[in-house]
Amino acid sequence: MSAVTFTPRADVRSTPPASGPRRIAPRAHIADRIFQSVAVSAGAVTVSIMLAVGLFLSLRAKDALVVAGPSFLFEQAWSPETGVFGIAAVLFGTVSIALVAMSVSVPLALGTSLLISEVLRGRLQRTLISIVDLMAAVPSVVFGLWGVFFLQAGIIPVSQWISTYFGWIPIFAVTGADGARLTEASAVTSSAFIAGLVVALMVVPTQTSVMREAFSQAPVGEREGALALGSTRFGMIRAVVLPFGRGGIIGGTMLGLGRALGETIAVYMIISPIFTINWEVLKTGSNSVSALIALRYGESSDFGLSALMAAGLVLFLVTLVINFTASSIVARSRSGASS
Amino acid sequence: MTTLLPGAPDRTETTEVIAPAATRIAPTRTGITVIPLRDGVAPAERRALSTVTTSSVFDVVGALAGGAALATLLFGWFAPLTGVVGWLLVAFVSFLLIYTVLASFTSTREEILDRVVTVLLGSAGTILIAALVFVVAFTIIRGSEALPHINFFLQTMETTGPLDPIDSGGIAHAVVGTLIQISIALAITIPLGVTTAVFLNEVGGPFARFVRTVSDAMTALPSIVAGLFVYAAVISLITHQRSGFAASLAITVMMLPIVIRASDVVLRLVPGNLREAAYALGTSRWRTVWHVVLPTSRSGLVTAVILGTARGIGETSPVLLTSGVTAVMNINPFQGPMISLPLQVFTFIKSPEPGMIARGFGTAAVLILLVLLLFVIARTIGGRGPGQLTERQLMHARAESMADVARMSARRATLSPLGHDRGLAVPPEPAPETEDIK
Repeated sequence: MSAVTFTPRADVRSTPPASGPRRIAPRAHIADRIFQSVAVSAGAVTVSIMLAVGLFLSLRAKDALVVAGPSFLFEQAWSPETGVFGIAAVLFGTVSIALVAMSVSVPLALGTSLLISEVLRGRLQRTLISIVDLMAAVPSVVFGLWGVFFLQAGIIPVSQWISTYFGWIPIFAVTGADGARLTEASAVTSSAFIAGLVVALMVVPTQTSVMREAFSQAPVGEREGALALGSTRFGMIRAVVLPFGRGGIIGGTMLGLGRALGETIAVYMIISPIFTINWEVLKTGSNSVSALIALRYGESSDFGLSALMAAGLVLFLVTLVINFTASSIVARSRSGASS
Repeated sequence: MTTLLPGAPDRTETTEVIAPAATRIAPTRTGITVIPLRDGVAPAERRALSTVTTSSVFDVVGALAGGAALATLLFGWFAPLTGVVGWLLVAFVSFLLIYTVLASFTSTREEILDRVVTVLLGSAGTILIAALVFVVAFTIIRGSEALPHINFFLQTMETTGPLDPIDSGGIAHAVVGTLIQISIALAITIPLGVTTAVFLNEVGGPFARFVRTVSDAMTALPSIVAGLFVYAAVISLITHQRSGFAASLAITVMMLPIVIRASDVVLRLVPGNLREAAYALGTSRWRTVWHVVLPTSRSGLVTAVILGTARGIGETSPVLLTSGVTAVMNINPFQGPMISLPLQVFTFIKSPEPGMIARGFGTAAVLILLVLLLFVIARTIGGRGPGQLTERQLMHARAESMADVARMSARRATLSPLGHDRGLAVPPEPAPETEDIK
């Protein structure tokens, strides 16, 4: 059979060699060219809107940043009228609220996503997926309402209990200006801790669905291999599902972190704003960049607005870095860029 | 009555058994699959596959009871502890401890770990779902004070003061404001977002990758910053007043990346062979998009848009900066402040008066129900993969291909007397292959 090889006929071979490979690029039809240009221009409009946001923020923020200089990152007070302003306190507040939120939401999201993807089957599984997805769409003002009218009063004993028994850890202490321990309820009502709890509930559905998506893609063959070797269900989860879904865990966590940093209304409703760094998360008084913007945009002069823009720009850059890190981690992991 | 398998020798009516009887007992050649005889083997009793045993159920129930009893004992008599949340915490920890001890009576270390972890996962899910459902139920229950009053949906707050009873005034202006703002935002977002997603998937190239990166980056934009952008770029530079249109622009900036991303995922799911089939038939590019790609992913695209809408409707912070607060009905989006539902909630509950707070909860309940409705619609439309048709669509497709068959055979019938039927070999009734549409 191997003897049959194709030899070109003599007359074909004798064509001038200059012709080279045939051009195969088609000339697009006029309708196609219109379609293509419409599609490209839609992309261009989208990009220009988004770049406009970034550019406009940077340009308007420049005025304030030039005046404040590097002290913008280290100054705690916020008084653009006198030229003394910086985001140290609000950024610290933002991060502390987000960290409280993460420390509550990540275990909950991890547990729930494993429960949905590994333990539950059938109808219950589908119902839980629907509930979690639905909760991701609940407006943040609803969570804020719940935080203000239920949690703020309900959590006081817990805050007091933690500060009483774990007050020797500096961040759990609740002390006044003179260092004495505060015990009254008003000292713990509007703290970063409560805001963090509410934000945790807001971001946990997003985190849960990203993690569940990653876990559910763990290869069946490897699961069955682990079970066939005598592993228990948790052994299988530990050996197969968790390593496989590591990208999803990190990606989901950081996606939630990005949302937690940018959350405005729920935080604004709960905290009582202060402009000093407050290490005691249980103590009343915190702040966040977005709450600062919501608080001060109305009374701002042109320069004040520019200062708020600078704060917003810093917040945007932080969430941007977190989002890109998350998506690159997810894309590189075995579970892949599924979302 | 032809059986291909040599497994039913009892059936006397069998006329042709393809495999000779001898191969069933002793295969003479290797490489032939033989199905063993099942004669005389009584069907075994079906084994119970459930791993839930009575004792494991009793372990959980007993540990729950023990934990609750221990916590009550500690809180009531032994220790100076108070508070509902503290009780729950102590009860949970003691439940875990008791359960671990119970499990250790019968299991090895690895099994104990497995059972405790399973209980932990269950508790995480229970806590999370209970908390989320409680948040929503709390709002709806507190809002039920305002919801039964019909004036709540028909009147505005124009002549109603903070101290007026709940049967005067309402949120009609906020409902109208929300509808107008979201409609304008959708009128910009749907064409732009879906076309951009089509561009990302169907045209491609380095610029498309750039667009995708930028729109991914934009999903990170905090909503308050979007509002601040519109406030500084549109309100303080151009219009000099807050308006519904400015609010729609802020919502658009928030929704656009969400819709693009979701549509992008949906379009990516359209099977490549559908596109290739269209191109192979000589279809031009835009016709392939218009007649193959978009119809195939229609349900997914609708879901993407509805989910984006649900997010856009609930956004408070961009609207807070851009739309302005008002108590009167305003149906002109370009002139004067125009309030929307989430902002109305926020405005109501800033008041210390219980009547206003009740209205705030009522408004929030309306908002939740609206989002719930959108979500249910999205689930009903979506949830099917691209190209999976409903019963009605399937019937429609079947009728269309029947019509095609009729048209083609009519054409052949008229052409054949003229001698153009070379090699056509018309079957009398060509079977319509409607299932291929899937």
